[in-house]
Amino acid sequence: MRMRELIFALVVIVLALLLPWVFYDWAHNRHSGFMVSMLSQMGMMIILAVSYNMLLGQAGLFSLCHATFFGMGGYTTVHLLNAVGKEGVPIPMEVIPLLAGLAGLATAIVFGAMATKQRATAFAMITLGIGELMATAALMFHHFFGGEGGVSTDRMVDRSLFGLSYASGIQVYYLILVWTVIAIGLMYYLTMTPLGRMANATRDNFERAQFMGYDPRMVRFLQFSLAGFFAGIGGGLYAITYEIVTFDSLAGALSANALLMAYIGGTGVFGGPILGAILITVLQSGVSLLSNSWLVYVGVLFISMVMFAPAGLAGMIKAHGPVRRAGRMHALIVPYLRLVLPGLALVLGFVGVVELLSFYTIGAAQGKKLVLFGSPIDVKSAIPWVISFGSLIVGIVWMKFESAHFHRVWENLTVDLRPRR
Amino acid sequence: MSTSMAPVALSIRDVRKNFGATEIIRGVTLDIAQGERHCIIGPNGAGKTTCFNLISGRFPITSGEIHLNGERIDQLPPHKINRMGLSRSFQITSIFHRLTVFENLRCALLWSRGYKYSFWHPLGTQKALNAEAERLLEDLNLHDRHNTEAGLLSYAEQRALEIGMTIAGGATVILLDEPTAGMSNTETDYAMALIRRVTEGKTLVMVEHDMKVVFDLADVITVLVYGQVIASGPPAEVRSSRAVQEAYLGALEE
Ligand SMILES: Nc1ncnc2c1ncn2[C@@H]1O[C@H](COP(=O)(O)OP(=O)(O)OP(=O)(O)O)[C@@H](O)[C@H]1O
Ligand SMILES: [Mg+2]
Repeated sequence: MRMRELIFALVVIVLALLLPWVFYDWAHNRHSGFMVSMLSQMGMMIILAVSYNMLLGQAGLFSLCHATFFGMGGYTTVHLLNAVGKEGVPIPMEVIPLLAGLAGLATAIVFGAMATKQRATAFAMITLGIGELMATAALMFHHFFGGEGGVSTDRMVDRSLFGLSYASGIQVYYLILVWTVIAIGLMYYLTMTPLGRMANATRDNFERAQFMGYDPRMVRFLQFSLAGFFAGIGGGLYAITYEIVTFDSLAGALSANALLMAYIGGTGVFGGPILGAILITVLQSGVSLLSNSWLVYVGVLFISMVMFAPAGLAGMIKAHGPVRRAGRMHALIVPYLRLVLPGLALVLGFVGVVELLSFYTIGAAQGKKLVLFGSPIDVKSAIPWVISFGSLIVGIVWMKFESAHFHRVWENLTVDLRPRR
Repeated sequence: MSTSMAPVALSIRDVRKNFGATEIIRGVTLDIAQGERHCIIGPNGAGKTTCFNLISGRFPITSGEIHLNGERIDQLPPHKINRMGLSRSFQITSIFHRLTVFENLRCALLWSRGYKYSFWHPLGTQKALNAEAERLLEDLNLHDRHNTEAGLLSYAEQRALEIGMTIAGGATVILLDEPTAGMSNTETDYAMALIRRVTEGKTLVMVEHDMKVVFDLADVITVLVYGQVIASGPPAEVRSSRAVQEAYLGALEE
């Protein structure tokens, strides 16, 4: 690892350690529950997204069942916690996420043996099947999965290596933080090993790897299994945090979420999925408070990324590397500023339309009213609709114009920075 | 036929291959001695690449037998054949596009250096391995492209990398499929010097269209036409063979 990356990682860790205290409520002497639970959620989603990217980005495996391993880690954890709490099995809390990881690993070994024999589309289809199979199994086998209600537990089992009770969210958060750092660290380490490199190689050229002594199916199988291990750790942390695991934790929606986070963040850079997980979690925790339609925004963000920025957020940042090294960032300031207004018009127009639609339909059914800057807005009158659609259309046209301009500036700026052929 | 008494490295016994109903390889029998420089020539579509695909395990054979250093290999998958000491290059460049040139070569070294599927060795600290990849890079004259993504190399550079990846693993039998195709004269000369250097002491089987290259290099030439060997022997013998003159060489040299 280069020095700069190490320092960056340390800064992020320190930030993660301090953030709960930044939002500490000194008047009431307590942590902000919202912040602590959002940060906790972030930790497990980061593990999920990065472990998913061991497949999608690093090995070129388009898996649709990653939540299976997360969920199995989760279910295993609630059962373990119950065994510790009710039957006094001596397993300390701090070790439980590791066991959850092993449950994820075991599951991934079984399913990986089936799925990784196949390539491309067939692989994706089999993983889709596995995901559905497990979701169905979760509803059928009540002993282990608890049916629709899931399985609940009590994390205050009073078995800790450090004498912690885990009664408060902040203690759980620090447990999550430690395990997230361990998991991300190990996954980073893996990218530098022969297996990690051969996973990249089989991604780029499945066939060639065979003529260098490697069985690419074995490479994929091992990578798949290890990814399942880390996802399992994430699921274990989930179970400890929420003290209940339901079928949602291994269903298709969460697998899709893993894909979304990894892709939006950027699959080509190790840290990309971390960015994606942070962004999606913030949207989920923050925007979902403000709007019924937060999933629409995530969906549209995803589609826009696929269409306009397939390298993801991290890819976009990385593309600026050569420009920065050439000392030309200043030339981009004005072009970027010129994108702000059309961008605002576009976003506001779009949000306006979505929210008006939402309040016109679901909102009306729920008896909610759209309120903007303290004044209620009549969704049945024409004016807000005209403004929203107008802003959206102006935004689109203007953005097209400005982004073409930006593109020209970018091309001129980077033409001599591209690698020579 | 080869007059050398060296043991046979690669033995192909009445090998046939059908694609659907069409028989593309129609009973090929060849013995290639250890240390031999063996060139396979023949018109387009004769089945030269298909022969390589059969030997290297890319496609299963329809009938016949193939032995490598006395061991039967025609039922084995490519990676097992490779581990037994046979390596091949591709007519259409086949590299890891998004990895750097250095990474491509290091990947090609990994298995033979015993790393297998290790997920515990950090590559950065494997001194001997990295030094070897660097040395290959020098050999291939690609050292100034160390950190370039392989997909961004020029055509000739990619061909050099292709050869490098083929010989990296230390295989004793090397199959090269038209390594100089599409190169300029200077590039061809350079590539051939490279191939001679890096295949020193190894068994080399090479498909090649450039007759100058073939007659310069080969100990033995095999002429494949329409899925059959019509001649095989030392260059002088093949050059004077009537069958070859009629079927192939004459047409080419005119
Ligand atoms: N996978 C395949 N399926 C069907 N037919 C194939 C396949 N591979 C090769 N062939 C056919 O087999 C014949 C021999 O092809 P091959 O590529 O081996 O020729 P070649 O001697 O290498 O020719 P060239 O000099 O053009 O490289 C051709 O007619 C080709 O169309
Ligand atoms: Mg060919």
